[in-house]
Amino acid sequence: MAPTDVPALALADITCRFAARDGAREPYTAVANATLSVAKGEFVSVVGPTGCGKSTLLNVAAGLLEPSLGTVDVFGERLISAEGVNRRAGYMFQADALMPWRTGIDNVVAGLEFRGVPRSDAVAQAEAWLRRVGLAGFGDRYPHQMSGGMRKRLALAQTLILSPDILLMDEPFSALDVQTRQLMENELLALWAEDRKSVLFITHDLEEAIALSDRVVVLSAGPATRPIGDFKVDLPRPRDVSEIRMTPAFLTLHREIWAAMKEEVLKAYAAQKVA
Amino acid sequence: MRLRILQIMVLGLLIVFWYLMTAPGLIPPFYFDKPNRAAFFFGEPQKVFWVIVDWFATGEIFRHLGITLLETALGFVIGAAFGLGIGLWLALSPTASAVMDPYIKGFNSMPRVVLAPIFAVWFGLGIWSKVALGVTLVFFVVFFNVYQGVREVSPNLIASARMLGASRRQLLRSIYLPSAMSWVFASLHNAVGLAFVGAVVGEYLGSSMGVGYLILQAEGTFDINTVFAGILVLTAFALALDGAVGAVERRLMTWQPRASETEKV
Repeated sequence: MAPTDVPALALADITCRFAARDGAREPYTAVANATLSVAKGEFVSVVGPTGCGKSTLLNVAAGLLEPSLGTVDVFGERLISAEGVNRRAGYMFQADALMPWRTGIDNVVAGLEFRGVPRSDAVAQAEAWLRRVGLAGFGDRYPHQMSGGMRKRLALAQTLILSPDILLMDEPFSALDVQTRQLMENELLALWAEDRKSVLFITHDLEEAIALSDRVVVLSAGPATRPIGDFKVDLPRPRDVSEIRMTPAFLTLHREIWAAMKEEVLKAYAAQKVA
Repeated sequence: MRLRILQIMVLGLLIVFWYLMTAPGLIPPFYFDKPNRAAFFFGEPQKVFWVIVDWFATGEIFRHLGITLLETALGFVIGAAFGLGIGLWLALSPTASAVMDPYIKGFNSMPRVVLAPIFAVWFGLGIWSKVALGVTLVFFVVFFNVYQGVREVSPNLIASARMLGASRRQLLRSIYLPSAMSWVFASLHNAVGLAFVGAVVGEYLGSSMGVGYLILQAEGTFDINTVFAGILVLTAFALALDGAVGAVERRLMTWQPRASETEKV
């Protein structure tokens, strides 16, 4: 295989089984035989019903969770989670993962600090990143003094300052209101267009997935989640997420993918009602 | 301001009540059979006041207060350091924590003031037996808070720091320690108070200096006014200490959200 063909991220036959808990007899299989790859510079979204193990898959890709079976390759190199996390990936969490005792700027420099970059150098870079995410002048605020949208921008700067080759995002904007969310999505696309990192974006929102991605992967309902559909999104870029939702091409895609997803969503819903 | 005036009025009323009930011959004795008995048991406010004034005028008190405060400070610092270290260690090492659990529980439920005589034997009647007592009292408050603090660090935060490239050491310094510190500060008032208790109780049980020693001496000669004076001085300094802790806490914990943070324009 030529080096250019090596995917940035390749999950092969991933199965994650968790030991039985809370009186359950059987171990819980969150993910079963999932195979998924992200090419270099590709923006891939993974959609699936709630509670289907999307985050589990992402944690495996990040090297935070060791799969029971299966392998993860990062640019052709095997990822062994016992030896540490995926060093080439940045992770943006669903919930806040900022250090509450650090000011905005100190949160952004954290990654550089861990790598031993001199303080003045790190601060200069962090200030540049704060400007890029639209937080110039807010660096001395603590996270609790910021709005939800500002905290997301801060988290984005914190992740991107390390210039990771792969960006893993776990429903990063799900806690935001619709307007802020669309703004953040556009900003994410603008930042992404600058250097085209590989992105694995987890969401339960199909519209968000289509608007952002090059490819949408649909997961089955849990337990034993696996990909059941893979759709290419060939909408033109640059996109404006609020406008693209109105185009006929978008609607056709949405209908097509939703048809594949609908059954799984209903299944997940029924399972939750029983439980 | 109105509140402050009311607060001072309560203090004034208490002192007036104290004076009325104890001044010999002022009101007919209704409980004791002799008019000066009430003053013997409860002291007299004006005499207590003059004892205190005398202490500060001659400077005699400073030596004793200095010793008591030194014991408090040492007890607090050493106890907090041990609590922080061992709390971090046990919280991060589940095996050690499981092994030590019954001993920690046992040691904590023991009334540790009974250790004071043993400490007096081990460390003598100087300041170190008092410091040791303060340490045993402070240690557990800090220890349990650190333990809890480390256990309750959000797993997201740890995962995030690891993804940002933090080594184990850096995790400890940048995540666990600050998180534990916020819990330590939450217990700081308690811990400083207990260090003070350790110092005074230790002095009271045997010493040659300190405010506890002054009280013990006065009690030996039934000088109840001096006993009350000592108690009042101790109380005043406990309050001052608490205020100082509050100030330190406000300075160091600026990152914590407060209930309401709107400003008047």
